[in-house]
Amino acid sequence: MTGWRARLRRWQPVPQQVGRLALVFVVLVGGLVGARRVFVPATFGDRGHYRASAVPAITALEPKYAGHEACAPCHAPIVEKKSLSYHRGVACEVCHGPQAQHVMAPLDHRPPAPRTRAYCPLCHGYNPSRPTGFPQIDPVVHNPVRPCITCHDPHDPTPPHPPESCAACHGEIARTKAVSYHAQLPCTQCHVVDPRHVTSPRQIRPGKPTTRAFCGQCHARDAQSAPDIPRIDLDTHNPGYVCWQCHYPHSPEAH
Amino acid sequence: MATGRGPAGAGTGDATDASRRDFVMAVCAAAASPVMLDVVAGPEAAPPQSDEPRPYDPREHYYGMGIDIDKCIGCGRCVEACKSENNVPRDAHHFRTWVERYVITSDGETVVESPNGGADGFPVPAGEAGVLRSFFVPKLCNHCANPPCVQVCPVGATFTTEDGVVLVDEDYCIGCRYCIQACPYGARFLHPVKRVAQKCTFCYHRVVRGLLPACVEVCPTGARIFGEVHRAASPLTRFTRFNQIQVLKPHLNTRPKVLYANLDGEVR
Repeated sequence: MTGWRARLRRWQPVPQQVGRLALVFVVLVGGLVGARRVFVPATFGDRGHYRASAVPAITALEPKYAGHEACAPCHAPIVEKKSLSYHRGVACEVCHGPQAQHVMAPLDHRPPAPRTRAYCPLCHGYNPSRPTGFPQIDPVVHNPVRPCITCHDPHDPTPPHPPESCAACHGEIARTKAVSYHAQLPCTQCHVVDPRHVTSPRQIRPGKPTTRAFCGQCHARDAQSAPDIPRIDLDTHNPGYVCWQCHYPHSPEAH
Repeated sequence: MATGRGPAGAGTGDATDASRRDFVMAVCAAAASPVMLDVVAGPEAAPPQSDEPRPYDPREHYYGMGIDIDKCIGCGRCVEACKSENNVPRDAHHFRTWVERYVITSDGETVVESPNGGADGFPVPAGEAGVLRSFFVPKLCNHCANPPCVQVCPVGATFTTEDGVVLVDEDYCIGCRYCIQACPYGARFLHPVKRVAQKCTFCYHRVVRGLLPACVEVCPTGARIFGEVHRAASPLTRFTRFNQIQVLKPHLNTRPKVLYANLDGEVR
């Protein structure tokens, strides 16, 4: 104890207040270093102004989508068929959903397949905002009610042949006509249809009747047609008008 | 001899040539030796390296994304995939990526909408006849090279990795929302349950495994392209070479790494 005091007395040349200030300084610096040690996370600043250990925590998350290369080893025929079709750029998981679990345990997790009419129009429903040339249909009139997969194989969506009946695209008109007096008439009775209209519907338009005389082929007083077809006198029946200004040919009214 | 050329060295021509040849040989040998060593030692040294996949080194990569507006059909599969892959809350207010539809009418008015982020598709625009042009714009975090969100974070919970991806440290975030305010692209949101900031990570957990981000994986038309920004052989480099590239809000000097092709001037 006395030795300690004797040693301190030797420090007398340093003023007492400077010694105290030094003590305060040491305590402050020590507190700062201690606080830093407690509050700054262990790996903070290792690679930048962040916790380096956050990166492995993020990379440890498990992917839910297996990726487009995971399917081919087991489903080679379907992948091969799809790779030659218009859907070659569409990954399997677009329609079948995230399937990393299916890759790990194929039998425990079966991928769903959308089979309803609601799914395909997400891409192929007509919308003027979509880029020009992208294949689109109007779900209301395009073969109503039938699921898309009855005609289109999603793995090779090109239909086996161009539409055969006009109802494929003009369903609304076909349904109206089917319950009208004109039900028995084929569309080509009145419309001149270029065969190319089937593949380029908007470029090649079908022809429509333009004269009163066309309807008169069946409905004129002197027409060579079945006797139960209603007749009018073309000369006196509202001259100056064309027929379809009053009559809708796909559903002409009753007698 | 001293200079090895001109009349002064003519008398000692043989000696000069010999020493010159020696010199050239020595230089050649010295230059070739490391190459030769590599060639000879290569086959023995290389296989142990190439046998097992090397661990992921972020310093070898620098990622970006390309988006081709002319290819986007607005199907919203990317939004759906992002929500599945990243457990994003399934409500209509929280998205890591979303699709906007721009409708520009013939009287010059621009309508931007994104019902449920575009995940359910888009209705046919009302008043279709007056539409001058219309298109879809997929949006996500731009992973800026100069990110304002990182700059404002008071605790260092959001950061740029060495491969150029801006991430959020969820365990360290205090949920103060400065970054959400700072992001000029609206790409961040506060997770309603965890109360931390969240955003697109370029699916970092997939990328380090060599997979594509989920939105790129499922895009049916190839409107989204993911790749290295600076590498000569990269899908993104090809994309930038074949398209006029624009970025969102270039005047803010955030230097985004999400690059848009065929972007309309109306898009903000």
